[in-house]
Amino acid sequence: MCGIVGLFLKDKALEPELGRLLSDMLITMTDRGPDSAGIAIYGAETPGFTKITVQSPEPARDFAGLDDRIKAATGTTVKIAAKATHAVLTVASDAVEAVRAALGAIAPSIRVMGVGTNVEIFKEVGLPRDVVERFGVAAMAGSHGIGHTRMATESAVTTLGAHPFSTGPDQCLVHNGSLSNHNNLRRELKRLGVSFETENDSEVAAAYLTAAMKDGKDLGAALTGALDDLDGFFTFVVGTKSGFGVLRDPIACKPAVMAETDAYVAFGSEYRALAGLPGIETARVWEPEPATVYFWDHAKAA
Amino acid sequence: MPVFDLAVTPLRALNEALHTVGAGSNDTHFDILNPRGAHAVAVGIDQPLTVAVKGSVGYYCAGMNDGGSVTVAGSAGPGVAENMMSGTVVIEGDASQYAGATGRGGLLVIKGNAASRCGISMKGIDIVVHGSIGHMSAFMAQSGNLVVLGDAGEALGDSLYEARLFVRGSVKSLGADCIEKEMRPEHIAILSDLLAKAGVEGVDPAAFKRYGSARKLYNFNIDNADAY
Repeated sequence: MCGIVGLFLKDKALEPELGRLLSDMLITMTDRGPDSAGIAIYGAETPGFTKITVQSPEPARDFAGLDDRIKAATGTTVKIAAKATHAVLTVASDAVEAVRAALGAIAPSIRVMGVGTNVEIFKEVGLPRDVVERFGVAAMAGSHGIGHTRMATESAVTTLGAHPFSTGPDQCLVHNGSLSNHNNLRRELKRLGVSFETENDSEVAAAYLTAAMKDGKDLGAALTGALDDLDGFFTFVVGTKSGFGVLRDPIACKPAVMAETDAYVAFGSEYRALAGLPGIETARVWEPEPATVYFWDHAKAA
Repeated sequence: MPVFDLAVTPLRALNEALHTVGAGSNDTHFDILNPRGAHAVAVGIDQPLTVAVKGSVGYYCAGMNDGGSVTVAGSAGPGVAENMMSGTVVIEGDASQYAGATGRGGLLVIKGNAASRCGISMKGIDIVVHGSIGHMSAFMAQSGNLVVLGDAGEALGDSLYEARLFVRGSVKSLGADCIEKEMRPEHIAILSDLLAKAGVEGVDPAAFKRYGSARKLYNFNIDNADAY
């Protein structure tokens, strides 16, 4: 089943509330997916720096002194903000690849959840309420974010199998549904040099969009291509550095409700997820059409 | 008049109360506050109760209704009035997927738009949609009437049996075995009656087109295999 949510703020005054609003939306969707939960939040950017969100099954061992070990290996200064099993490493943008490469040698059990100037990603096995509490999501500020509560169908219940999936800088995707051609598509993407962390069908969808955007397409064009190339059932909510997109397959069995006010665009698998948002009583509420790309972008609006 | 505030009262208590109203009871009007998209609001009513829901509901509102009169002052999630037997369900806003699915009787009125698969497998229910309906509506519909004042999406009436479909606006495409049919006086009479019951005024029944089954797929015939 799975529950997905997303919130794209137009009113900057709401930005300090983003984490709290998204947490509440996600917790409301618990009974659509109690296996695992995750959230991606696009926060403020520090010019010249990039955030690498990492996860470790043994955070006490892996995160202690990690900044010193990275510095010794790469000569780069790293700021670490650890939150339970995750840590956000802030590094100079030109040192990202060196740090990623060094991580494999220094702490092989560490996994990279996402990389970007704005995005931070937190996901774990467990109930959404526990997951958002563990990472203090409610206190986080940001411009937009997406979240997912998972009922596993296509692959194992693990931290890596939780959503959102991030396969490119500041790009992430949550998925409700199941893809039937993900194995074939994964082979084709691997041939193009894309690497995968999991056997999950949703990671293939994320990687497909990343590959399309690498070819120069904007998110809207990448999503349009997905309608031809992805086979199966899906409702996707995707985030980019400044954008927010929604796409449903042509059959559109998987539920979706959207709401828009002057202050935000919101997505929920069910209306219940939106019921607590400010001004929802007077919002324009609609069900996104099948095979139709919906896309908002702060950069284009500005 | 019982009032149930779902912000404080569990849904189960509401549905239990609706199920335990005895025949001849005077307390037959229920107000429901703060539904906030809750699922299964007012399901399984089997008495002539009047239920006013003040807000939007989630999945399966008024499912299996048998004789109740349910009004939702908001929108409804998937499966509203699914398998209705008799009575009336009115949605003031929009309805999500498969509204009125498998309904055997009664009247479902949607004052906004309905999404995909409206009236799928309907078996006697009457559905009147003031706005438009989505794709695959009336799929395998067997009997009853679907009236649409707006437009219909792709594959209307795919694999249709004997339900009557009346559409005033455009139809994106017809499904397998669904064809446009002549509007005869008896169809104008049926439609006029349904429009009146659904509170539609000032609309000419002659402005609608009627769609029904070509009856080629009733029995398997190898010559029709491509049409399935």
